[in-house]
Amino acid sequence: MRSPRAHYLQVVKHTPFHTRTHAANQLNLWHRWRDYTVSDAYFDVALEYTALRNACAVFDISPMTKHRISGPDALPFLNRLVTRDVSKISEGRVGYCVWCDDRGQVIDDGTIFHLGQNDYRLCSQERQLDWLVRSALGFDVQIREETAEIAAIALQGPTSAAVLRAMGISCIESLTPFSISVVDLAGAPLMISRTGFTGDLGYELWVAPTHAEQLWDALFEAGALYGIKPMGTHALEMARIEAGFIQAGVDFLPADRAIRTDRTRSPFELDLTWLVDFNKDHFTGRAALLFERTRGPRYRLVRLDVEGNKPAKDAYIYDDKRRVVGAVTSSLWSPMCKASIALASVEVTRGSPSDTLWAEIYYQKELKWSRANARCRVVSEAFYTPARRKLTPPPNI
Amino acid sequence: MYEREARCAFSRRQTSLATGQAVGSRVTTRYDAIVVGAGHNGLTSAAFLAKAGLKVLVLEKNPYFGGATVSRELHAGWIYSNCSYVCGLLRPEIYRSLDLGRHGLQVVPYGGGVGFTRDGDVLGGYVDKEVKRREIARYSSKDSDAYLRYGRDVMRQCRLVRSLLMRTPPDPTSLKPRDLKEMLYIGGEFGKLGEAAIYDTLRFYTMSIADYLSEYFENDMVKANFAGSGIIGTALGVYSPGTAYVLLHHYMGDVDGQMGAWGFARGGMGAVSQAIARSLQSMGGEIRVNSPVAQIVTRGGKVTGVALDNGDEFEAPVVLSALDPKRTFLGLLSEQSLDASLVKRARNFKIRGSSGKINIALDGLPSFPALGPNHPLLAGDMHFLDSLERFEKAYDDFKRGTWSKDPYLDLLMPTMTDPTMAPPGKHFMSVFVQYVPALIEGRAWTADDREAFKKTVFAQISRYSPDFEKLVLHAEVRTPQELESEVGLTEGNIFQGELTFDQLLFNRPFPGFAQYRGPAKGLYLCGSGSHPGGGVMAAPGANAAREVLLDLRRPTTVPGSWSDD
Repeated sequence: MRSPRAHYLQVVKHTPFHTRTHAANQLNLWHRWRDYTVSDAYFDVALEYTALRNACAVFDISPMTKHRISGPDALPFLNRLVTRDVSKISEGRVGYCVWCDDRGQVIDDGTIFHLGQNDYRLCSQERQLDWLVRSALGFDVQIREETAEIAAIALQGPTSAAVLRAMGISCIESLTPFSISVVDLAGAPLMISRTGFTGDLGYELWVAPTHAEQLWDALFEAGALYGIKPMGTHALEMARIEAGFIQAGVDFLPADRAIRTDRTRSPFELDLTWLVDFNKDHFTGRAALLFERTRGPRYRLVRLDVEGNKPAKDAYIYDDKRRVVGAVTSSLWSPMCKASIALASVEVTRGSPSDTLWAEIYYQKELKWSRANARCRVVSEAFYTPARRKLTPPPNI
Repeated sequence: MYEREARCAFSRRQTSLATGQAVGSRVTTRYDAIVVGAGHNGLTSAAFLAKAGLKVLVLEKNPYFGGATVSRELHAGWIYSNCSYVCGLLRPEIYRSLDLGRHGLQVVPYGGGVGFTRDGDVLGGYVDKEVKRREIARYSSKDSDAYLRYGRDVMRQCRLVRSLLMRTPPDPTSLKPRDLKEMLYIGGEFGKLGEAAIYDTLRFYTMSIADYLSEYFENDMVKANFAGSGIIGTALGVYSPGTAYVLLHHYMGDVDGQMGAWGFARGGMGAVSQAIARSLQSMGGEIRVNSPVAQIVTRGGKVTGVALDNGDEFEAPVVLSALDPKRTFLGLLSEQSLDASLVKRARNFKIRGSSGKINIALDGLPSFPALGPNHPLLAGDMHFLDSLERFEKAYDDFKRGTWSKDPYLDLLMPTMTDPTMAPPGKHFMSVFVQYVPALIEGRAWTADDREAFKKTVFAQISRYSPDFEKLVLHAEVRTPQELESEVGLTEGNIFQGELTFDQLLFNRPFPGFAQYRGPAKGLYLCGSGSHPGGGVMAAPGANAAREVLLDLRRPTTVPGSWSDD
């Protein structure tokens, strides 16, 4: 066996699905997701996106940071960690959450999987072991990073339930959004959660790395009749913006990474007020957030419907008086909405639904640069939420 | 090589340079400004003054210039970076303003670093941050995540310090508009840190590096891996308050915007002084080597020039001393000409030597079995202390008046990166050694001491590289005694005075003299003994030139700092 110190010879690691993703990646386009290399696109971004919204698409989420939290104090620990009430996430359920530093600034967002009694998994964008271990002082919990121990894949889109049905997974009928079920995949446990990052009907499938290839093959065999395709990060990015989901490092700066401390955001400033529960026991950042609720936040996250057809990439946002009040953090020409859409962070005094904002968009056609000032309408809901996302039993197509 | 080039550059005075004798019995040339000491700071001051149109002369006691920023060929075919050996702090504003690239300077980043453990393992500081994280995780997975927090907090403090590097420290007791404005500026920068970092700042400047690292890391090897930067060149131990700042001083540099990164000057550190000298010469400045200055001549409280050891005099209304504060105040000036408390202050200035250097010509590449052949970190900096306890024991030896018997080494083979410093397949090894006292149990170093010291260092290296010693072709051993006698650094202190909080900012070198002006009108301090301190940064030299031009009411040629935002 190679010495553990020789890990440097493989700078970028392969996910448990690599043999399959590599074979499927006709464009040979990859990017680095921390330790791993993952596909940006497999054959065509537009067609991969279309597969997601029209049939179903598979995305390798194995590099996502996963922590196992267990022990008698697992629940009180998590309740002190995150802003929402974790006791309301019952066994077999998943909850979206954010956690803050003492100043009430968001460190990261993620999902808590309630796997069993005193047994949870926390999935996050950023690595959190340092913060979790420091937050565990005074609690009887065990915390372990288990990113490499689990292979995970997202199956998303209107025919995703049909594919699982075709694989003989009957529990799909009763699996409600944000619920977990464990089934048998050729003798190994396969965990299915009705979760995802696309705003569509979809599932995430969790299995031991040794069974990853088997899972991939089973999905594509069953999915052949349902238009299943692999999907890279470019297509996923389109879907998550349409769904209005925020991303750490893109739409907000993780508070524990901020060198310039004024660049961070509170949950209120990220339109996540619904995740803050002041009625539960103490949680980190509570006092700061209570104060902020009284004083009022500095910024707000807005979803913008941008006039015209130019994506508002990195655009400054102006108010009616031509004053810069913010900037776009994510933008997209949305194929579903047939609209230019954007997420932006603006000063809190602006951006109420009645306000008119303007995006200054720079774009080029055949190397000639032009500038457009596009009127922006603030939208209060996600840009795209199909009804199938919430239906139980899930529709077949 | 550079010795030879220096000579060629001044072929007009070749005879006088070679012999050290003056042409004629008395030289009375007049200059607008004279700089004493042709180290990187002296040359930088001179270059900015020449750029402003002044007629400038730099006087250097050695037959070569560069001070502690030199490349010398002491073994045929091998170029050593004899003193300073890595380049990361050199201010990019100066680099660009003096056009150092066009004048031949090339700073290239080098790849990472590695710490060796006694049980045959390593902790690799790989360039790739994920690989580095996995490596730290082999020792502690928590520490591998904590490293991000550590990096963030250090970077916050670095931003504060960096914002002050290219500025003259304000006098906090002064009501002059400029001082008030600068105090407000510092206050503003401080305020920008944000709540948590404001609290941290004072702690950072007063804590020990051991305590500071313990706030982040649990594993002793991980701590030891970062601790070295806190004690380099400093006569303090890892548990001594004040060492956390020294670490910061080593992190605030960058290579092409990579904050905290270090690089090599291609051709050795002499390439830095060589490029500054060429820039100076291109603007009409002069450098005279073999010209030790005996004293700064003053009349009626005003500077009138300098007198050399050989009696030659050069006249100028402005004299800048690049020598350390002790040599300037107590040597170039006479103690009797200064106020009593100033003499006391200068005498009390902390400038304890604590490090040595061994430069080695190697017949081939030594093997480091813990790394194995062709390992990328052979090109990085190497360290051999794997616990804070060993660091402290190394300091204990120093306190007892001798060199560390289990010393901290900062070992590099620049030839792994730079092809110009040794013949192909051969190597130059630069070994910085901490702790090494200026005196052995109160007495001067002897040849036997020096030999025993070399043996200690070689034994430390051989423990991790068994074939190292048989590859040695030549070694230059430099204790603080040589650093003082050859380079002119009092007690061999590489920073021209310790970088402790009591000797920083408006207290560097001491109160009342932090704005680069000396006790006589027309006298300026431009060495590392002034703000912002040691390292091949060139900021003290540039800042001093700015003050000179301000006093002469000339437009400044010295750039301000580039904004980090």
